[in-house]
Amino acid sequence: MSTVLDPAASASGRAHGSAHDSAHDAAHARAAEPYMNPYVAGVGLGLVLLAAYVIMGRGLGASGAIGSFVSWLTGEIAPAHAEGNEFFRGYLEEGAGHPLKAWLVFEVLGVLVGGFLSGLLAGRVRATVEKGPRATVNARLAWAFTGGALMGVGAKLARGCTSGQALSGGAMLNAGSWAFMMMVFAGAYALAAAMRRQWR
Amino acid sequence: MNAPFFKFGAFGDETALVVAFVIGIAFGWFLERAGFGSAKKLVSQFYLDDLAVFKVMFTAIVTAMLGTFYLGWLGVLDLSLVYLTPTNLWPQIAGGLVLGFGFVIGGYCPGTSMVGAATGRIDAMVYVLGVAAGTFVVGEAFPLIKPFYESGFLGRLTLPEVLHLPYGVVVLLVVLMAIGGFVGAEWLEKRAGSGAGSGAASGAAKEASR
Repeated sequence: MSTVLDPAASASGRAHGSAHDSAHDAAHARAAEPYMNPYVAGVGLGLVLLAAYVIMGRGLGASGAIGSFVSWLTGEIAPAHAEGNEFFRGYLEEGAGHPLKAWLVFEVLGVLVGGFLSGLLAGRVRATVEKGPRATVNARLAWAFTGGALMGVGAKLARGCTSGQALSGGAMLNAGSWAFMMMVFAGAYALAAAMRRQWR
Repeated sequence: MNAPFFKFGAFGDETALVVAFVIGIAFGWFLERAGFGSAKKLVSQFYLDDLAVFKVMFTAIVTAMLGTFYLGWLGVLDLSLVYLTPTNLWPQIAGGLVLGFGFVIGGYCPGTSMVGAATGRIDAMVYVLGVAAGTFVVGEAFPLIKPFYESGFLGRLTLPEVLHLPYGVVVLLVVLMAIGGFVGAEWLEKRAGSGAGSGAASGAAKEASR
């Protein structure tokens, strides 16, 4: 698993089954391309965000789309319950006629398509579980769910996630976004040592 | 030409959804290109051997910040019409901390987990389910947490207002801070034995040496 995303593997050439390839890599049709230079990718991402501000007057987001989806699903299963809850109702009233016709829902659908296309063209689409060499698949998936759940709670409390708050709000010098961003890094670094076994 | 176009009535709600989809494609594209569909790449930030998360994020923030600032200065973009999430200091601080925990535990943030899921990462798909579960719990518990959720309300507030400095001065300070951060990040990566910029190599090299 550790070789899946190793750019060194692609640097050694795409030749299938070359001497460099481990048995694991040989199972794949071709090696993944190296990632884009981070500063170049950052400028690209920044221009996308700028376009959102200039065209729409709003920033990017991600967690809000999951909020719309969860609220819609809750409303489908238990309509009265969802309507009686301020949190879910907020999302249900948001869309243009339908809770899923919300701006962030369509933006996230685009993220799925754009991410898939980029990954496909770079040879990086493959069914795999990302984990450290010492972690088991089951443990990794349990931690992924746990981390996701914490993220869901945190993003709702903070009114946005890394996309909507840190990135979008950061660029607009939004005070709350900057406080949020500092705390994200603080929280992640605080638990990095405890999680080392899962990643290193 | 007045921007934001949508706020000046250049197009309606239905077209806005098309715009959302197109902008989303570009967003997802650059996230994946940067390597952010990979949890291992993302968490490397927190083990200080690949700081691509910091570099990409702050380059993006600086790019968009300079763009909005100059377009505002030129009178093209009306910054007062750009939506800013109002600041609620305490829940944002607590939320940021919990989100940071979730980042290093789960390996993604919501946007990057979408890219991970789209490129086949099963852990990212499970992570998205986790985000949905966490969101549902907040929804169910909302009557209980509402007082905290609405605490520390400061309204639409920017750093220039907090610091009592002109907008352009804060822009300059953020640019200088970012450049300092980039220099520091390159130094940390070199120290971790990464070599020529391509960060993920460091993690792999470290693993290989173990």
